[in-house]
Amino acid sequence: MLLDVGNSQRPRLLFILGIAFLFLAGAMMTHALQTPSQTQQSARSESSQIPTPPSGQSATPVPTGPQSSAQASQNGLSVVVLDPAHGGTDLGARGTGGIQESEIVMEFTAEVRKALEQQGFQVVQTRQANDNPSFDDRSAIANAQRNAVFITLHIASTGLPGTVRVYVNSDLPAVTTANGFIPWDRAQAPFLGLSRKLGDLVQGMLTQRFKGSPDTAQSATIRQLRTTAAPAIAVEVSSVVVNDRADLDHMASGVADAIARGVAAFKPLYVVPTTGGVQP
Amino acid sequence: MTPPVKERWKFWLTTLLVFVVVGAAISVPIIRSRMKRAARLQQQTEEQARRELVQTVPMNPSDPRVKAKLFWLSDSDSSALAPVTVELPLSSDPVLRSKQVLNTLLAGPVDVELRTLPPDAVLLAFYILPDGTAIADFSEALATSIPSGIASEQLAVDSMARTLEANVPEVKRLKILIHGQEVETLAGHVDLTGTFIVHADTSQAPANPVAAPAAGKVGAIAAPTLTAGSSAVKLAQQ
Repeated sequence: MLLDVGNSQRPRLLFILGIAFLFLAGAMMTHALQTPSQTQQSARSESSQIPTPPSGQSATPVPTGPQSSAQASQNGLSVVVLDPAHGGTDLGARGTGGIQESEIVMEFTAEVRKALEQQGFQVVQTRQANDNPSFDDRSAIANAQRNAVFITLHIASTGLPGTVRVYVNSDLPAVTTANGFIPWDRAQAPFLGLSRKLGDLVQGMLTQRFKGSPDTAQSATIRQLRTTAAPAIAVEVSSVVVNDRADLDHMASGVADAIARGVAAFKPLYVVPTTGGVQP
Repeated sequence: MTPPVKERWKFWLTTLLVFVVVGAAISVPIIRSRMKRAARLQQQTEEQARRELVQTVPMNPSDPRVKAKLFWLSDSDSSALAPVTVELPLSSDPVLRSKQVLNTLLAGPVDVELRTLPPDAVLLAFYILPDGTAIADFSEALATSIPSGIASEQLAVDSMARTLEANVPEVKRLKILIHGQEVETLAGHVDLTGTFIVHADTSQAPANPVAAPAAGKVGAIAAPTLTAGSSAVKLAQQ
């Protein structure tokens, strides 16, 4: 037996065992802390084709040359970037019974993804887990895609429960630099017209299913949409203030179906804008 | 027969221990609740001091009473704003006048359900730049107590912009700061990095990117004088 030693040896052995246990526990904790950041680093190196958002906002431009627009027009809309809002320490809206926006939007995203893939779209997500990429990081994922639209999903803390609102960014006059690039912080400007068309189509589909929702998309100054160089909308479901979480869960498939049908209806209208940001 | 001396000591020691345990069991919760109450009182005093420091601009009864238009939630549609006419003695000085109307807006309507701004938010500072850009600095409660969401945040900003538009013609644009700092969003959604158009007929372009309030097409949250077209918003070329 390991501990079958003389009385005088026992405390020393126990002390050594204790030290060894502490050392092992420390090593395991260090390993556990390092693993996520390493995973993140490797994920970043894999997605090195994604342009890095600027350190100073207006520094890095979003290229939309004539070549890319011609290419886009030929290829047509094929990618939908889905953005489950919030995440990580940012829980978003919080309702009764522990309902958290950051958690529910992931469930909605899974449903929307399924419905869009059934329509033949390729879906890219801005987050897969309970983390919180910055607004710029999320936009960078969308801006790296060709022939894409961007949809950010939210659950409101106000509004009539059981209704859904679609938002497009408020007017942002296009500003182009001499070399034909769009400044990062105004990336949405040339796409506002298309965003409005996409928003109205998706809102129309949602209103058919969720009575009491508006007929057309609303305008709002949404930070996430401003730096996104693609037709971009925000979909906000009302609300976290429901008596039963199941009320929200029941809405997911209807919201997903309406978004997928709205995007499919938008597909023939999709062209990359040739004004504002494109060098002649 | 008396117990031996050693036994008596044991008895008294045990009794003493029992008393100590019982006493601790009774007094610890009382001490804890007193400490909590003291901490809360201290917090309240700090909040009170802060409020006194940034005391709302008092209305001067000698100022002419005017019909001020304040924008709170519409009682028929909680996703829209509606003007409420309130008779107030307003100063002719644009900064004082802006503070008076914004503080009245913060105080909220009679029906608390229709308020657009959190009740504990405080206007810390307000000034107007020569180009007509108003800087409104609010306490952190504006960002932390507002219900998170695109609709609620946009309504909060629009209620301020439209109230200033209706009552202070000198204010052309509105920039919102939180505790003296520029922040990216109000509560995770609405962009506060730019300025909001208050009067659309701005002759001078602002120095910052403009985040216009919800424009025309959406009647619910649109500023009444703004049109859906981009003509309403002018941006400085950076």
